[in-house]
Amino acid sequence: MIVPGMTGKRTTREIVEAGLSRRRRKEYLFRLVGILATGVGILFLGVFFASLIAKGSTAFKQTFVQLEIKLEQDVLAPGGELDLQYADFDGLVRSGLRAQFPDVTRRGDRRELYRLVSVGAGYQLRRLVQEDPDLVGTVQTLWVPVSSDVDMLFKGNIDASVEEAFRTLSDNQIAWATALQEGGRIRSQFNTALFNNGDSREPELAGIKGAVMGSFYMLLVTIALSFPIGVAAAIYLEEFAPKNRWSDLIEVNINNLAAVPSIVFGLLGLAVFINWMSLPRSAPLVGGLVLTLLTLPVIIIASRAAIQAVPPSIREAALGLGASRTQVVTHHVLPLAMPGMLTGAIIGMSRALGESAPLLMIGMVAFIVDVPGNFTDPATALPVQIYLWADSPERAFAERTSAAIIVLLAFLLLMNLAAVIMRKRMERKW
Amino acid sequence: MSIAAFYFGRSRSLAIVGGPGHGTALHSLPGYYGYYVAIWCILPALLLVLSWLLVEPRLVVALVVDGLPGSYENLSAGELNLLINNIKNLASGDVVSVDVDAVLREAATLFNAYVAKSRQLLAVLAIGVAGLGAATAWRRIEPDLRARNRVENVTRWLLIAASSIAIFTTIGIVLSVLFEAIRFFQKVPVSEFLFGLNWSPQTAIRADQVGSSGSFGAVPLFTGTLLITGIAMFVAVPVGLMTAIYLAEYSSARIRGIAKPLLEVLAGIPTVVYGFFAALTVAPWVRRAGESVGLEVASESALAAGLVMGIMIIPLISSLSDDAINAVPTSMRDGALGLGSTRAEAMVKVILPAALPGIVGGILLAVSRAIGETMIVVMAAGLSANLTANPFEAVTTVTVQIVTLLVGDQEFDSAKTLAAFALGLMLFVVTLFLNVLGLGVVRKYREQYE
Repeated sequence: MIVPGMTGKRTTREIVEAGLSRRRRKEYLFRLVGILATGVGILFLGVFFASLIAKGSTAFKQTFVQLEIKLEQDVLAPGGELDLQYADFDGLVRSGLRAQFPDVTRRGDRRELYRLVSVGAGYQLRRLVQEDPDLVGTVQTLWVPVSSDVDMLFKGNIDASVEEAFRTLSDNQIAWATALQEGGRIRSQFNTALFNNGDSREPELAGIKGAVMGSFYMLLVTIALSFPIGVAAAIYLEEFAPKNRWSDLIEVNINNLAAVPSIVFGLLGLAVFINWMSLPRSAPLVGGLVLTLLTLPVIIIASRAAIQAVPPSIREAALGLGASRTQVVTHHVLPLAMPGMLTGAIIGMSRALGESAPLLMIGMVAFIVDVPGNFTDPATALPVQIYLWADSPERAFAERTSAAIIVLLAFLLLMNLAAVIMRKRMERKW
Repeated sequence: MSIAAFYFGRSRSLAIVGGPGHGTALHSLPGYYGYYVAIWCILPALLLVLSWLLVEPRLVVALVVDGLPGSYENLSAGELNLLINNIKNLASGDVVSVDVDAVLREAATLFNAYVAKSRQLLAVLAIGVAGLGAATAWRRIEPDLRARNRVENVTRWLLIAASSIAIFTTIGIVLSVLFEAIRFFQKVPVSEFLFGLNWSPQTAIRADQVGSSGSFGAVPLFTGTLLITGIAMFVAVPVGLMTAIYLAEYSSARIRGIAKPLLEVLAGIPTVVYGFFAALTVAPWVRRAGESVGLEVASESALAAGLVMGIMIIPLISSLSDDAINAVPTSMRDGALGLGSTRAEAMVKVILPAALPGIVGGILLAVSRAIGETMIVVMAAGLSANLTANPFEAVTTVTVQIVTLLVGDQEFDSAKTLAAFALGLMLFVVTLFLNVLGLGVVRKYREQYE
C-alpha cells in the first residue's frame, strides 16, 4: 500500500517511533509490577517476622514477686511428720501475700489478692521443702511467679484506662501490683518454665518441653524408617529397576504421593495404624509412622537426584574391574551420593517437623501435661502445641504461642542451615 | 546375634579352605559368607516377630473374651468393645469408665498374664528361629556356595520391597478411605452427599432427640473450599507469576540471590504458623479495614484465610513458573529481542505463550495444594457451612470438617465419623486428578523442549 512519494502515509520507521514512548511506558510498568510482586512476598516475610518477634519476645521473660514466706511447722508437719502430699503450701503463700497488705481484710478482697500470685508458687514451695526439710519453721524470702494476668499488666498488655468490667484485673489488683512494684518486690526474669514444663492450663506454668520431646521421638521414628527405606527405594529405581510398566507405576505413584494433602495421610494413619493394627492413640510411634509415609516421597525424590548426579563413568569403571552391580552400588554410588541423600533427608525431616494436620487425625491433640518418656506415651508435637495454644482465649497464651513459633522456626532454620552447609561442604564437581 | 553370625560365617568359610591365606579357593569373598549367615539369622526371626505382634492383640482379646463368664456372652459388638477397652485400661492401670467388679479385675489380670506369656513365648521362639537359621546357613557353607549371588538376591528383594512401599501407601489410602466412605454411603445416599445443600453433621445420642437425623449435604463445603481456593489463587497467581518473570528476566544476579532464598523461607514456614498469623493478625485487620469502609465482615472471613493461603502458595507458583520460563529456549527470546521487541513484549508475546503449558501445570498443582491445605483454614476459617460466594462471610471447607469431625471422642461407626472419610475420599480423588493432570502437563512440556 505504501507508494513512494505519496504524502499522508507514514513510513514504518515513523510508525515505530510514534509507538515507542507508549511501548517504553508499558515496559517500565511491566517491570514495576514485577518489582512490586517480588516485594509483596518479601514484605510479607518482614511483617510476619516483625510481628512474631514483637509478640513473642516478651514470653521469654516472666514476672516474679518477692515474698517472705514463713514455713510454719504446724501447717507443713501437723503430726510432727512432714506431709508433702497434703500440706497447704498455697495457704503459706497466701499468708506471705497477706503480710504485704495487712489492711486487706474483707474476704472478697482477699480472694482477689490471692489471684495475684500463680498457683505455681505452691509447687515451688513444695519442691523447696522436699529438697531441704530443715527449712521447716524458718522464714524464707522467695521470688515466686505472679499470675498470668499480673504478668500481662507489667508487660503493658492490660490497659488500666479501660472500664473495670472489661479487664481481667480489678482496680484493686492493679493498685496492689503497683504497690508491690514500688516496694521493689517485682522483677522480670528469664522464663525457664517455658522450656522446662509440659503443657498447663495456667499460662505462666505452661511450657513446650512436652511438645518438643514428643516431636523429638516422632522424628526419631521417622528418620529411622524413612531414610533407609527411601534410599533403598531410590537405589532400586535408579540402578536396578527394569524400565517397564511396574517401575513406571512406582514412579508416577511417588510423584503423586508427594502432592497428596497431608490430612489424607492422617486418615490413613487413623484407619490403618490405630483402628486396624490397634496401636495406641496419641503415641509418637504412630505419629512417626504417618510422618514416615509422608516424607518418604520427598526423600526418594531427593535421593534419586543424588544418584543421578553420580557420573556413569564411575559405575562403568567399577563394573569393568569385575565388581557386581550390588558392589558398584555399595562401594561407589552410595558413598558418592550420600551427601545429597542426607540433604534430602534433612529437608524431609524439616517438613515432618512442621506438619500438624495428620497428627490431629491420630489424636495427638489431647491436653497432655506429662513430658513423654518413650515412644508410646501420649504426646503432642510442637506444631500441634502451637495450634492448641492459638485456640486458648487467654492473652498470655497468644504471647506463648508466638514464643513457641519462634522456637519451632529456630529448629527449622537450624535444620535447613545444616542442609545448606552440608551441600556446600560436600559438593563435588565432576 | 546376627553380628556374631556374621563372624562365625566368615571364619567358617576361611576355615574350610584352610586359613586366611587360601581365600581365593572360595567362590565369594569371605565377608559374603558372613552376610549370608547373618541374613539367615535375622530375617526369619524378624518376620516372625512382626507377624506375631500383628496377630497378638486380637488373639489375646479373643482369649480374654472367651474366659469371661456366660452372662457376658450375648453383648452387642459395641458393648463388647467398650468392655474390652475397659479391661485394657484396667490392665495398664489407666482410668476406667465403669465400676470395677471382680469379673473385670480378673479379666484384666488374665489379659496381663496372656500378654506376658505371649511375649515370653515370642522371645524364646525368635531366638530359636534366629539360632536355627544361622546354624543351617553355617553348615551349608562350602567353597562352592555362591554366597555373593545369594546375598545380592536378598538385597535386591529388599530394595524392591522398599520401593513398593510407595504403592502400598497409595493402596492403603484408597482402601482405608474407600471402605469407610462406602459404609457412610450405606447410611446416607450418595446423591444427598454430593448435591445436598445443607450440612449439619449431628447424630443424636438418643433416637428421639430433636434433629436426630443430621444432614450431610456437602455442597456448602465444596463452595466454601472453592471460594477460599479462588481467593488464594487470585493472590498467588499474579504475584507468583510476576515474581518469576521479574527474577528470570529483569533482576540482577545479586537481587536474585537474595530474593530467591527469602521466598524459599516463605515456602518453609509450617502451615500452622500461617494459620496463627491469619487468625490473630490478618483476620482482625481485614475486619477493621472492612468496617472502615462500611462493610459487614465476619471475624472468620473467607478473605483472611484466602489471603494468607495465597501468600503461602506464592513460592510454589513462582518456582514452577520460573522452571517453565527457563525451559523456553533462549533462541526464542533472543529472536524476539532481535526483531526489536521490548523485553516486556518478548515476555508476554513469545516466552509466556511458549511456557504456558508448564505454568498451567504449576497452577493446577497449586490449586490441589490449596484445596488440601488444612491448618490455615482450620484456624482462620469458620465452622458454619454457609452457601455463599461473599468473601466477607465465614465459610467452611472440606478439610476443616474432616478435622472437626474426627478430633475428639466419637464412636467410630457413627455417620458423623464416617462422613469425614467420605470427605477425605472426595479430597483425595479431586487432588489426585489435579496432581496427575498437573504433573503430566509439566512433564510433557519439559520433554517438548529437550
